Amino acid sequence: MKITRNDVEHVARLARLRFSEDQLEVFTSQLNDILAYFDKLQKLDTTSVEPSSHAVNLTNVFREDVVTASIPEEESLKNAPASERGCFRVPKVIEG
Amino acid sequence: MTELYQMTIHELHDLLKQRKASSREITQSVYQRIEAVEGMVHAYITLTRDTAMKQAAAADEKIKRGEIEPLTGIPLAIKDILCTTGIKTTCGSKILENFVPPYDATVIQKLKAQCAVFVGKTNMDEFAMGSSTETSSFGPTGNPWDLERVPGGSSGGSAAAVAADECIASLGTDTGGSIRQPAACCGVVGIKPTYGRVSRFGLVAFASSLDQIGPFTKDVTDAALVMNGISGYDPQDSTSVNREVPDYTGCLIADVKGLTLGIPREYLATDGVDPEVEKAVRDALRVLEKQGATLKEISLPHTEYAVAVYYLIAPAEASSNLARYDGVKYGYRTPGDASLREMYETTRSEGFGAEVKRRIMLGTYALSAGYYDAYYKKASQVRTLICGDFEQAFTSCDLIVTPTAPTPPFRLGEKLNNPLQMYLSDIFTIPANLAGLPGISIPCGFSSQGLPIGLHIAGNLFAEETILRCAYCFENHTEWHLKKPPLT
Repeated sequence: MKITRNDVEHVARLARLRFSEDQLEVFTSQLNDILAYFDKLQKLDTTSVEPSSHAVNLTNVFREDVVTASIPEEESLKNAPASERGCFRVPKVIEG
Repeated sequence: MTELYQMTIHELHDLLKQRKASSREITQSVYQRIEAVEGMVHAYITLTRDTAMKQAAAADEKIKRGEIEPLTGIPLAIKDILCTTGIKTTCGSKILENFVPPYDATVIQKLKAQCAVFVGKTNMDEFAMGSSTETSSFGPTGNPWDLERVPGGSSGGSAAAVAADECIASLGTDTGGSIRQPAACCGVVGIKPTYGRVSRFGLVAFASSLDQIGPFTKDVTDAALVMNGISGYDPQDSTSVNREVPDYTGCLIADVKGLTLGIPREYLATDGVDPEVEKAVRDALRVLEKQGATLKEISLPHTEYAVAVYYLIAPAEASSNLARYDGVKYGYRTPGDASLREMYETTRSEGFGAEVKRRIMLGTYALSAGYYDAYYKKASQVRTLICGDFEQAFTSCDLIVTPTAPTPPFRLGEKLNNPLQMYLSDIFTIPANLAGLPGISIPCGFSSQGLPIGLHIAGNLFAEETILRCAYCFENHTEWHLKKPPLT
């Protein structure tokens, strides 16, 4: 499969990334080289193979619903680029 | 005279126990070494001398009370991807350059409980994505054996710090070879434990189904000691496995009688294996055969697909894990009063480096509508086949022995503009991550240019003891691990 510059721009939007014109060119060509290498997977017939999301079998882990210590509000906001009144501050998202 | 900083954990433990040295003296010795060579090597992002000296004093008190444990008072270096309370944890990225975690990773808590000393946080490829430590936004690390060459990656700082005697041992993380490949490049011992053996709580996630924490050490005994210190179930990590941790020093016996070592025919037939690497590995196999091991040719038929599978699965998981860096809760935010969406985009575009963006793009593409089946699902199916290869192989052998990396360490800059070439340097280490298996890299020789070569020994799930036994036996019959880089 060949990836076009339009595809790269679309994926960048999905990933919340922006690229300059030059970077888009370089990325399109590098991603195409990498995807061409991935094409070797298509040779394998995997119709009846179950996918593995992990190497070891995972089971749900439950614990009692008991309140335990957590990171205090002040501590959790310490690394925030902007905070106000105990909240993370972000640019306005609602018009008006 | 042997300096304190040159010694191993077990040698220093004996000195501490007999009160022939204090942790303060050892820690000072390590910092003197850092002052002498760090300018050349650049193994660290952050040094924490003041807190380290306090930790050393506390360790000396603990020893005085007669409560010494194997890692008490030992200066360790920590990869800058493991959260440390009050100490910057950058992941080698501009986006986290000022991030100060409010909590410790479980492995750090465990080491603190023994009163280990933390020298500093080591350099790494940005978010552990790379095989050379060149993608760090804090500049590259030099290989102590040849400063013009890479130390491997992504845990290149942790490997170089041990090789250059800038710490006694260190912790790294391994997602596709990021402990074992730099261990090979720097001529030290590095273990990736079985997936689930060591808690990942507080390890900043790259690819959650593959990441695992492990030690870099100067010899195999030290590796067993650090494994004892960090292994075990943790309710904070739902993928950690609730299984008893043996005393890993118990398996350090210097013979391999009765062990069958599998040699995958596909590995030595791989294009691009350096002839000197191949020769060093064949010589190593002869050493082990002489000590009683049986060599057996085995087949891992899906080997050629492993790199492709890995570079689909790891970026797919990364694209999801790295969505959290959006300039809201922590880390860098582009200044200005853009809209929320613009703020996300500019923050992420300015905060991440090229390789991280490349992998987020790859992963987002592989998971996006219309491509999911062809890429992500296909890779997950082939992952099942690769796991099956190992299951089959371990019915007829105990361990699988190969080179760790196809070549000795390459030159700084050599592969930086060719991502695919860089990815192929992980060809021998990636399959163990995909199948969750433990693996070790130990020094097994040098190239004609004096560059270290690593031997990779992989075992079945939770077979760390068999791996350590084989590695210990090899170390006892060779002297590669005793060689030190000239660093002048």
